[in-house]
Amino acid sequence: MTRLFRRLPPWLALLLPAIVILLVVVLVPLLLSLYSSFTPYRLTRPETLYKWIGEYNYVKVATDANFWWAFGRTVFLLTVALNLEMLLGLGLALLVNKVTWGQRGLRTIMMFPMMFSPILVGFQFKFIFNDNVGLVNNALQSLGITDQAIAWLVDGKLAMFAIIFAEVWMSTSVFAILILAGLFAIPRDPLEAAKVDGCTPWQSFRHISLPFLMPFIYIAMAIRSLDVARAYDIVQIMTNGGPARRTELLWTLIGRTGYVDAKMGLANAMGYISIFLAIFFTVYFFRKLNASRAALGYNA
Amino acid sequence: MASVSLSKIVKRYGKIEVVHGIDLDIAHNEFVVLVGPSGCGKSTTLRMIAGLEELSSGDIHIGEQRVNDLPPRDRNISMVFQNYALYPHMTVAENLGFSLKIANRPEAEIDKAVAEAAEILSLGELLERRPAELSGGQRQRVAMGRAIVRHPDVFLFDEPLSNLDAKLRAQMRIEIKKLHQRIKTTIVYVTHDQVEAMTLADRIVIMRDGHIEQQGTPLQVFENPANTFVATFIGSPPMNLLPATISGDARHIQLEDGTPLPVPERLQSGVTAGQSVIFGFRADNLMPEGHGLTLGSQTASFDLLINLSEPLGTETVLFGEIAGREIQAKMLNPRPVSMGETLRCQLDMSRAHLFDANTQLSLG
Repeated sequence: MTRLFRRLPPWLALLLPAIVILLVVVLVPLLLSLYSSFTPYRLTRPETLYKWIGEYNYVKVATDANFWWAFGRTVFLLTVALNLEMLLGLGLALLVNKVTWGQRGLRTIMMFPMMFSPILVGFQFKFIFNDNVGLVNNALQSLGITDQAIAWLVDGKLAMFAIIFAEVWMSTSVFAILILAGLFAIPRDPLEAAKVDGCTPWQSFRHISLPFLMPFIYIAMAIRSLDVARAYDIVQIMTNGGPARRTELLWTLIGRTGYVDAKMGLANAMGYISIFLAIFFTVYFFRKLNASRAALGYNA
Repeated sequence: MASVSLSKIVKRYGKIEVVHGIDLDIAHNEFVVLVGPSGCGKSTTLRMIAGLEELSSGDIHIGEQRVNDLPPRDRNISMVFQNYALYPHMTVAENLGFSLKIANRPEAEIDKAVAEAAEILSLGELLERRPAELSGGQRQRVAMGRAIVRHPDVFLFDEPLSNLDAKLRAQMRIEIKKLHQRIKTTIVYVTHDQVEAMTLADRIVIMRDGHIEQQGTPLQVFENPANTFVATFIGSPPMNLLPATISGDARHIQLEDGTPLPVPERLQSGVTAGQSVIFGFRADNLMPEGHGLTLGSQTASFDLLINLSEPLGTETVLFGEIAGREIQAKMLNPRPVSMGETLRCQLDMSRAHLFDANTQLSLG
């Protein structure tokens, strides 16, 4: 054994532990799942793992309307949630940036929603939006805005709204914190130059601050697009993809297919298609990030 | 037409007052330089003129208008910052034209103004570059170009050359002076470098600790410093200052070691017998025999023991001691000087100064 190691070039010997770990933890599961997506593998019937059915699963997924609806819904959630979070986060950061006393404390408080497990956030909003005992309906009825119990989580459109609401509540602070960091990093001189050059506060923000903030916004977008593209927990808890699949997202669908229906081969095929969504958005935002940095002369 | 007038302006940060009621009138098209050591309030004063700092009290007028409560954009001023403060995400052309674009001027007019500024500052080839691709000197020229594009009433310069190396600084100094000759405008220029102040200014305003110590043309403040601070701040090397006493007959200055020197004739009426004074003279007026300028009517001679010499080519600065205090002298048409050498030097008393030892004010 020792002799074997001695014969290896030193760089390989030194890298070997990392390589072994990566093989075991990443590559083998990856290959196994890729292989299983070409089999009718069901968790309840292990022997199906050895039956090769070619691209059957992929064809089935590609022609499955439910899958594409879930795909589209995920893109919709991603677009709406990210843009809302960006706008709210930007506003929040701008406000907090103006605070001179107690800003540290505020920043910490701002982070609170991120500290909860998404599962708990899901339960919390499931309660808040509950049609009988929920806070929202209670408030609406007490204020006399409506006398009916609104079925937030039962109506298809409202359920999606509730989920977006929970998602935004939990993660706006990611944008707020990163944008706030961006605000701190803006040099003072160009802003003063802009003032002297005749900018109104809005023009200063639009032409000077915002370009400086864009890299930070794109970093937040890249991080959050990965997050939302694999959204599962909140939806699973709040609606379980219902009512009648109206809030079914990619990963709730895949989870159900794999573990409830036990069709792991099919679920893996869906997974491999879905992964491109996450990759696409991440690559897209990274390109944007690099472009916005280059515009500021950082990479030049 | 824009004069600038500051009356009794005060700046306080909390309880700390940094500018103590400055009065200053700057004429139309005048080039005024505020100079002083760091922390003297010169930049704060400039930023109050710009509107980047609020006044704690006092009034600022630009032209006829009181501008205290106007934001910078309504004051029709331009400012050049120490760190250039260019917009990094815009090309040079966009940087130059930004203020006009903000003001919604037509594109043709912007292009014309940018081309004109680029011509004046020879930025033509750089117009499509970003600030990151420019050298320090080029950035400074863009910053100046951005200021002239708007044809402001007043130019404000905040230590614009202090980030440049010595050679470039000298070059840009000349460009700024040319610029002022070409586009006559009121300029307020802040620097801590007395050479910049001397070479550029129509009028120098010397500040210390939030007060104006003296103002006047460069030669006035050089020839007739109002106090010991101005005497040592303006001119290089700084004026030599020696504590002394006026003799009983009020005709002589006695240095600490008893050396008597005649009181300069023009100062004789200003001194009283027994008065404690500070005797001041510039290195330019103490020179070894045969290596000096034509002397005035009144001279004194010393043997100067040389501790150190700094050859500068056209002249050599000599370091020696008089009455136990280190002083500096100058040698024209220099020859090599060795340490420990004693040189017979002549002091031009007609150009010497006396300051009151208590008030530090000039007795001239």
